[in-house]
Amino acid sequence: MSRMDEHYVDPTPYDPDADADTGGARPELDMPTGKLIRRRFFRHKLAVISALFLAFLYLCLPFVELIAPYGANERQADFLYAPPQGVHFMHEGEFIGPFVYPLTAEPDLENFKWDYVQDRSTPQKLRFFCSGDEYRFWGLFEADTHIVCPAEGGTFFLLGADRLGRDVFSRLVYGARISLTVGLIGIAISLLIGISLGGLAGYFGGWIDATVQRMIEVIRSLPELPIWLALSAAVPPQWSPVAVFFMISIILGLLDWPGLARAVRSKLLSLREEEFVRAAELIGAKPTRVIRTHLIPNFMSHIVVSASLSIPSMILGETALSFLGLGLRPPAVSWGVMLNDAQNLTVVEFYPWVASAMIPVMLVVLAFNFLGDGLRDAMDPYS
Amino acid sequence: MVLTLLVVSALIFVIINLPPGDALSNQIAELRAQGEAASVARAEFLRTQYSLDQPLWRQYLIWLGAMPGPDGFSGLLQGDYGWSFEFDAPVSDVLGESLWLTVVVNLAALLFIYAVSLPLGAIAAVKAGSWLDYFIAIIGYIGLATPNFLLALILLYYGQQYLNLPIGGLMDPAFEGEPMSFAKLQSILAHLIIPTIVIGTAGTASMIRRLRANLLDELGKPYVATAKAKGLSPFKRVAKYPLRAALNPFVADIGNLLPSLVSGSVLVSVVLSLPTLGPDLLAALRAQDQYLAGFILLFVSALTLVGMLISDILLAVLDPRIRFGGRRQ
Repeated sequence: MSRMDEHYVDPTPYDPDADADTGGARPELDMPTGKLIRRRFFRHKLAVISALFLAFLYLCLPFVELIAPYGANERQADFLYAPPQGVHFMHEGEFIGPFVYPLTAEPDLENFKWDYVQDRSTPQKLRFFCSGDEYRFWGLFEADTHIVCPAEGGTFFLLGADRLGRDVFSRLVYGARISLTVGLIGIAISLLIGISLGGLAGYFGGWIDATVQRMIEVIRSLPELPIWLALSAAVPPQWSPVAVFFMISIILGLLDWPGLARAVRSKLLSLREEEFVRAAELIGAKPTRVIRTHLIPNFMSHIVVSASLSIPSMILGETALSFLGLGLRPPAVSWGVMLNDAQNLTVVEFYPWVASAMIPVMLVVLAFNFLGDGLRDAMDPYS
Repeated sequence: MVLTLLVVSALIFVIINLPPGDALSNQIAELRAQGEAASVARAEFLRTQYSLDQPLWRQYLIWLGAMPGPDGFSGLLQGDYGWSFEFDAPVSDVLGESLWLTVVVNLAALLFIYAVSLPLGAIAAVKAGSWLDYFIAIIGYIGLATPNFLLALILLYYGQQYLNLPIGGLMDPAFEGEPMSFAKLQSILAHLIIPTIVIGTAGTASMIRRLRANLLDELGKPYVATAKAKGLSPFKRVAKYPLRAALNPFVADIGNLLPSLVSGSVLVSVVLSLPTLGPDLLAALRAQDQYLAGFILLFVSALTLVGMLISDILLAVLDPRIRFGGRRQ
């Protein structure tokens, strides 16, 4: 914002030769575009932090079995709705390393719930890189190593246990796998449809453009969630969790493409008048080649930005669908499925930790938003 | 718009017919298993009456009312919304009040969004870069990132605990089915507070951001400096011209806002058990109750389309530069 009353007057006397060597241009604008973009992006602190955070989460996904102390659907019948066990370091004024106090359940016959009492005299030390429950790592070989496990015979519920005595933290870690990839697959579908339809419309114009435009208008005017609900109600209940997962991501992607197609179309409309396109056409390049090798690289930055801004809405979409019981179904674990357990007020009042899946959902959605904002600013380094 | 609605109706009809089988054939199979011959005959009768034994395109035309159905089922265009097989009543009876309650809830949310984001967006733009601006941005981001069904649960709990706000439903049970009165209106308004806030938050966030960006652009223009030089008071300097210029995209955005608003209201209604279309839609989809589900989907789509029409008209009224007619040569 420029204010007219804040004119800056340089106190040093005018030297006509000062600007001569750079030709009057700002020297930093002569750098390669890639470098400029990177520099601009790193100036956006929040975006960098978000990018690191997301990279960390996605890097964890292949190793969830290692990170989670328990299996996703492993029940501990003695610890229904057990509260979170805080990790302590000092026991009776002495440092003995990370440990938890064991919990014992006592029935509360008045309110018909379990009360858990901490036994503060016997600390149970956590074990690291230990062998615990067995799992099939990547479906290839048997393993039982975990980064953290409870002491022998003890428990470790970092974020408490849910209705069936399953460890909430472990489920969060497992759920990340589905919740974080659903957006990626959805966005891949949406990119595929959006770029091809937007590309066709923008490149050929005429009646193709008109048809695609009408399609975009129709789909944009549909309220997303009810249509998602209707589509996912059509997924047959006997399908395997993996098939349902793919179907849900496809459904999420099916309604998302119009915005992308519109951006691609308008960009193409201006790009196709450029000379390099004419040149390519004159040497006899086919439309597919012109679009793929000459046009798409030119609006890739736009695509990346709109993709990163669409992913959060898909993650929220999956959460909403599963929350309503029309998305993924147990035994699949996703953050939405976990929140499905937190549907009633009793949970919010007595067992708030069961709803802790909302925190990663919020963080991831925020991170994608910041990242998208940062990318959008960075992709246009000459402004 | 009518054409769009037609395409939308066809799309919806295909979507609700995607799952194999229909509510009636499931019912018939169940009744057969129980050996209730009379009920089977009745279900078979319903099946022919609502033409579920016809090919799909014919079913669609009959549902729409463009083609006469057998036995007097006349279709949407004649105001016959069909039969709800799940609730065993005509669709119009099942929905009843929830149609206009849905409109009321969404309208309230829309008003809330404008009432909140207009001042907040303007303040954020005028005080750009100050802590107030960041504070508003943070609130906006949180609103954007919280899944609104969770926000509903949390607000429901705390609103009831500390502010004694009524929970669940849209009016006191005593008023249900009663004719409209002042007391009933009061009860509805009190019940509307939480749903309105919850449904409106996500939209508010994006609106604030948009208004802030637009207003910032306007504030940098020379005429604002002129106004300042002439000694216009700070409030008038912002509200009289720049704000009005920045309002344009604000109004045009209803088109983007409404679909998400309606989506949100469906979800939030399920959590808060509001007697709007949300819970009905969920039940209908689960039971493959196709006329009920189809009509609800069509109704919410029509709601967004009407909203867009209104935003177009408002835009033309607010801004004399915008005219939708053909360009005069």
